[in-house]
Amino acid sequence: MLGTLGEKVGMTQYFTESGASVGATVIKSEPAAVVQVKTLESDGYNGVQLGYKDTEKKKLTKPMKGHFDKYGVQPKKYLVEYRVDNPKDYDSGDEITVEQFQSGEKVDVTGNSKGKGFQGVVKRWNFSGGPKTHGSRFHRKPGSVGMCVEPGRVLKGQKLPGRTGNETVTIQNLEVLKISPGDNLLVLKGSVPGPRDNLIQIRGSND
Amino acid sequence: MDEIMNKVESDFIKGDVPDVSPGDKVRVHEHVQEGSKERIQVFEGVLLKKSGSGANKMITVRKHSSGIGVEKTLPIHSPKIEKIELVKKGNSRQARPYYLRRQRKY
Repeated sequence: MLGTLGEKVGMTQYFTESGASVGATVIKSEPAAVVQVKTLESDGYNGVQLGYKDTEKKKLTKPMKGHFDKYGVQPKKYLVEYRVDNPKDYDSGDEITVEQFQSGEKVDVTGNSKGKGFQGVVKRWNFSGGPKTHGSRFHRKPGSVGMCVEPGRVLKGQKLPGRTGNETVTIQNLEVLKISPGDNLLVLKGSVPGPRDNLIQIRGSND
Repeated sequence: MDEIMNKVESDFIKGDVPDVSPGDKVRVHEHVQEGSKERIQVFEGVLLKKSGSGANKMITVRKHSSGIGVEKTLPIHSPKIEKIELVKKGNSRQARPYYLRRQRKY
C-alpha cells in the first residue's frame, strides 16, 4: 500500500462504540496522483512518485514543467516518493485517495513539528530539574556537562539547551477511527505533529 | 476549517437534547455496566454548570445522596447518556450557581 499526503485540520473528541471518548485528529487528504513510476531496470530501484495538491503551471520552474508534461499529469505542489515491490501495478495519473485506508487500521504519520525556539534542558531533553524550594539552588540547570582534565572537553552529543522543535517527527501506530471518502477526510486517534494546515505524510504501519 | 470540524462532530451531536440551563432540575439517564449486565441509571439533581462546545459539551449535575453532596460531570453527546430530561426550570441568576454547594437544602 502506498502512503499519501494530507493536511491537519484540527483536533476533536471522538466517541468509540464502547462509549469511551478519545482525542482525535482530523486530516484532509485530497486525491494524490502518481507522477512517475520508477523501476529496477530504468532507475535502479522500484518506487512510485506521488504529486499532491494541484498548482498553477506558471508557478513551476521550467524543468518541473517538463517533468509533469512528460508524464501528462496536472502540475502538483508537492512531490514525494515511496519504495514499492510491485511498480507494474501503478501507472502515471492513477489517483491515490483515503479509501486505501480502513477504519481500525494502524498508520504512521510524519510531519514537521511546531518550533519552540531556544529552550532549556528540562523542556528540550526532559531533564527532571531540581527542587524548587527548601534551600535548593539547583532548579532548571543542566548540571555537570563532563569530567575534569581528562578528557578536558565536553563530549560530543552532550544534551544542552538550544533550538527546539521545527523538526521532522514520526508518530507510529495511530489508529484510523474513520474515513469519509466523499470529503477526503481521515480521523486518527491521538495527535499529529505540527500546527493546523501542516503538511503530513500518512503510511500504513505494516508496510 | 470549522466546516470540516463541524461535519466530523455532527456524527455524535444529538438533536434531542432539551434546552437546559444552570439552576434547572434535570434527570439524566445513563448506561451503567455491571459485570456483564448493562442497565440504565437515573441521576437527578440541579445543573451546576455547562462547559465545552461541539461534541465536547459537558454538564455538571449535583444531588444529595443520603446527606452527602454528589456531583457528576457528564458529556451530553456521549452514547452512554440515554437521555436528559428537564424536570423543573430553575431561576438561577448565576451561570455557575456554586452557592448551592453551601446550602443545606435546595
